[in-house]
Amino acid sequence: MSGFHAALDLVLQGNPSLYAIVRLSLLVSLSAILIAALVGLPVGAWLALARFRGRSALIVALNACMGLPPVVVGLSVFLLLSRSGPLGSWGILFTAKAMVIAQAILVTPIIAALARQTIEDLWLEYRAEFEAMGVGLLRRVVALLWDARVSLLTTLLAGFGRAAAEVGAVMIVGGNIEGYTRTMTTAIALETSKGDLPLAMGLGLILIVIVIAINGAAWGLRQLGEQRGGR
Amino acid sequence: MMRGPASDLPIVLSAIDVRVGARSILNDVSVTLTPGLPTAILGPNGAGKSTLIRVAMGLLKPSSGAVSWGGRGDAPPDRRAVVFQRPVMLRRTVAGNLAFALAAAGRPRAGRKAAIERLLARVSLSALGDRAARFLSGGEQQRLALARALARDPDVLFLDEPTNNLDPAATKAVEAIVADAATSGIKVVMATHDLGQARRLCGDVVFLAGGALVETGAAEDFFRAPRSEKAAAFLRGDIVE
Repeated sequence: MSGFHAALDLVLQGNPSLYAIVRLSLLVSLSAILIAALVGLPVGAWLALARFRGRSALIVALNACMGLPPVVVGLSVFLLLSRSGPLGSWGILFTAKAMVIAQAILVTPIIAALARQTIEDLWLEYRAEFEAMGVGLLRRVVALLWDARVSLLTTLLAGFGRAAAEVGAVMIVGGNIEGYTRTMTTAIALETSKGDLPLAMGLGLILIVIVIAINGAAWGLRQLGEQRGGR
Repeated sequence: MMRGPASDLPIVLSAIDVRVGARSILNDVSVTLTPGLPTAILGPNGAGKSTLIRVAMGLLKPSSGAVSWGGRGDAPPDRRAVVFQRPVMLRRTVAGNLAFALAAAGRPRAGRKAAIERLLARVSLSALGDRAARFLSGGEQQRLALARALARDPDVLFLDEPTNNLDPAATKAVEAIVADAATSGIKVVMATHDLGQARRLCGDVVFLAGGALVETGAAEDFFRAPRSEKAAAFLRGDIVE
C-alpha cells in the first residue's frame, strides 16, 4: 500500500517529468487517431457502399488486421524507417513521428473495419429512401457518416484505447528515450522492470483515469446525440 | 415552387414483367396513370402492389416491358415521390429530415427554412420540428414521411399502404393530407387494402391479383359492379389468390 501512496503523491505533486510523459503519450495517440480517422472512415464508408470483385476478401483481410500484434507493426515500421530501410532517409526512427506512424497503422484497420460495419448496416436501412430521393453518392456518404456519428465516435474511442494502451509498437520504433520518446506504457514497462513500482503505478493510474474520462465524455456525447437524433 | 414545363404524367406502363429468379411478381401488366383523382391499387397481399409502385416510381427496372413518364422513358425521378410501407426516419430531427429531403431534391439553401415551416404546417407537425424523428409516434412518422415526399414538390406521389397499423385518428389525419395533396394538383397513386379508404379518396382503381392486372376502371363502377369474378370475390371479402 505504501507504493500506492507514493504513486498518488507523485501524481498529485505534479512531477514534471511524469507530466511530460503523459503529454507525449496523449499527443502521439491522438495524432495517430486523427490520421487513422481521416483514412479509416472514408475507407470504411467506401467499402460499405462499393460493390466490386474481391470486396469480401478485402473485408476479411481488414477485419483480420484489427488484431495486428503491436510488436509486429512496430517491427515493420522499424524496418521501413531504419537507416538501411526504404524510408531510412526520412531519419525519423526513434522520434515521436515514428510512434505516430506505427500507432496509426495499428489503429486504421480497426476504425475502417468497424466503420464499414456500422455504415453498411445504416445503408441497408436507408437505401430505399435514398434511392427514392435520388440522393447522389457524395451526399449519401456524408449523410451516412453524419447519421452514424454516435457509433463512429465509439469506434474512434476504441481506436484511441488501443493506441494509448499498446506498448510493443512505440517501444520498438520510439526506443523509450527519456524525455523524448518515453510514453506512459513504455515507462511503466521500464520502471516495473527496474523496480520503481510507485512511478509505474502512478503512470498506470493516470492512464486508467484518462481512458475512463474519455469514455465518460463519449458516453455523454452519445446520450446527447440520441436525444437529438434518435437511436 | 420550381416547375419545369414538362410533366411526368401520364405514366404509361406497357406489358410489364417482373421476375425474381423463377418467380413471377408481375406478369404482363399494362396501366396508364393520368392526371386526376387518386388512383387506388387494390389487391390481396402478394398481388404485386408494392412492386408495381416501385416500377412506376422508376426504382425497379422491369424484367421486360417499358415505362414512360410524360412520354419519356428516361425521366429522372425529380418529380416523383414515394412513401414506403415502412418509412425510415433519418437519425435527425423532424426539421432535419425535411432539410435533407429538400437538399436531396436540389432546393437552394436560401429557401429551405421557409419551405420546412410550410411543410410542417401542411402535415400538422409544426410543434415537433425539433423532436428526434425516431421518437415520433407511428402516425407522426407517417405524416413526416408524407412531408418529406411533398418536399420534392412532386407531380406524382406514390403511397404504399399509407395508413397500415395506424389508429383511426392518425388514419384520418393522413387521409386529410393525401386529399389535400390531391386537391393541390398532385397525382396520388396509393396501394391500400383498406377498401373504405379507396372509396373515400380515389377516383379510379387498378385491381391486381397474383401479379396480373385483373381489372381497371372508375372507382364508382368498380365498387358497385366489378366486372371480374376475382374483383367481386375480393370485394365480398373472400380469399383471392
